[in-house]
Amino acid sequence: MTIQFNDETFRGAYTFKNSEWALKRFPFPFHEDSYMYSVNMEQHKGGPAGSIYEKRFDVDEHYLSEMRDRAEVLKEDPLRCQSLPNMTLAGWDLLELIMVSKSEDYPDMFELQRKGDKWRWINKPMGIDDSFTFLDEATLPFGPMEYITRQTQGDFVVLDQRDENLWMDAGMVTTQADWSLDFDIGMNFFEWHAPVPKAHEMGIFVRALKFLLNVQQGAPARRLNWTMTVNPLLDTSPENYHKWGTQKRTITANNIGEKQHLRVELQTFFRLPRSNALVFPIRCYLASFDDLMTVPKWGRRLHRVIRDLPEELATYKGFIDNRPMMLDYLSKFDDGKPTSNGIWPDRETEPLRD
Amino acid sequence: MSNFSFPESIKSRPTYARLEPRAGKSYLFVADAEGAEAIIDLASNDKSLMSKSHVIYIPKNTGKKYTLQLEKLNINQLYIGPSYSAAQSRLRHTLVSSHMGLQLYLSGTEGLIGQAQRDAMVAGIPHTAIQSEHRGSIGRRMQCVHCKGITEDVDIDPYVCSHCGLSLFVRDHYSRRLAAFQGVCIDAEEPGNIPTAVELYK
Repeated sequence: MTIQFNDETFRGAYTFKNSEWALKRFPFPFHEDSYMYSVNMEQHKGGPAGSIYEKRFDVDEHYLSEMRDRAEVLKEDPLRCQSLPNMTLAGWDLLELIMVSKSEDYPDMFELQRKGDKWRWINKPMGIDDSFTFLDEATLPFGPMEYITRQTQGDFVVLDQRDENLWMDAGMVTTQADWSLDFDIGMNFFEWHAPVPKAHEMGIFVRALKFLLNVQQGAPARRLNWTMTVNPLLDTSPENYHKWGTQKRTITANNIGEKQHLRVELQTFFRLPRSNALVFPIRCYLASFDDLMTVPKWGRRLHRVIRDLPEELATYKGFIDNRPMMLDYLSKFDDGKPTSNGIWPDRETEPLRD
Repeated sequence: MSNFSFPESIKSRPTYARLEPRAGKSYLFVADAEGAEAIIDLASNDKSLMSKSHVIYIPKNTGKKYTLQLEKLNINQLYIGPSYSAAQSRLRHTLVSSHMGLQLYLSGTEGLIGQAQRDAMVAGIPHTAIQSEHRGSIGRRMQCVHCKGITEDVDIDPYVCSHCGLSLFVRDHYSRRLAAFQGVCIDAEEPGNIPTAVELYK
């Protein structure tokens, strides 16, 4: 196998770490020195070799540890995975999409054999070899959505499309930026986005919905979103907020570089063939400030973005109280030099230091 | 008058209008407390409607204030019950055995409206086809996002979850499926730092 999987935790002692390889391909989310909401969609048709965009469902060094973390969350709170009765077919669609994509994109790790509706799925990293009957729930240990998303990094929300709207009717959500599937399940696109400030007035959601309603089979789309998290905690859920909330106050000038993480979501959108549902994977990537600062362009840019971010957004993203300390830290990495367009590190075109 | 005009809020927060007569084969009203006033007002607009109506009414803390008035409205089937949960099996039975052409009217507290709307949705009635009018208490039905327990008639912010005891702030984010607003721990980041509770909308 080509990937060396880390043995690490996203809780307790927080042994999570990015290798040099993982950092190099980290999806830094700012393509310019400022940030405001936009409908920043593009086609999800691969990307530079080795980048997180290359494969349909990116697998990286955190795979096995993330799946262990998910299993623990589900043991504690099974309501993190729910599917309303109308969504079972979409669950099978999703299982097929992931099995086909992963076996084609990573043939050394995943294998899918199909004879009519008799399927065999081999997931080598997780040591799984299951035979089942496609569309027969009784032949799998979990429902189809839960079965496959226990083996795939990132949260998954499955949206039913009806009445010119999208309805959050199923999901596997254990690495969320502080929202509750159990509370939001059954809501439409505008309702589950209701707490987001400003974007409604800017017309963002009307335009985004229009785009998403028209995503076609075989033509997936993607965008990046971001927030901040103290410690590499994947499960920043409202359910457990009373347990992890105090961690936000543990930042000091001495530990901020190590503890403060930029949390980036690669959001993709795939139309599902039988159900016409839309699946919305939300893949979370974490990187500590210290690691990010090893890329000079990212250091300059992150400082400028965080400094100029409107207060409402910093509040919504939950770091308004820690912003002054972040700026103290980040300003040391901003020498005022210009930055190149786009999200990539661009080390080879780095402006010369004085 | 027991109407309250809610300030504009986020898009998941329910909004209410006045009940209006609509052509239908039969009528089902579910109301609590001051919600009776909305029925009485509607009946004064259109008397004929009441003879085709089934009214499920829970007086809550209003005693007999409205029941005597309701009894004079010539309602075809009037049920007065002690609580929503006591009335629930009757309501579900009525919804399941109702036919096309039923008009559903809800009035009273947000907790009553939300729960009856949820039960109607489960029975296959789209929420957009239901008329609802808020009357009386602005108390809310709250779900604790942490323990999932429901606390009824919350009219202060923050409030104490009646199940797990955490102090929760009252959000406007609302789930039709749960028929509840969301309550979130207010001192999660600084345990013990709990502001004094204030009345909602005061």
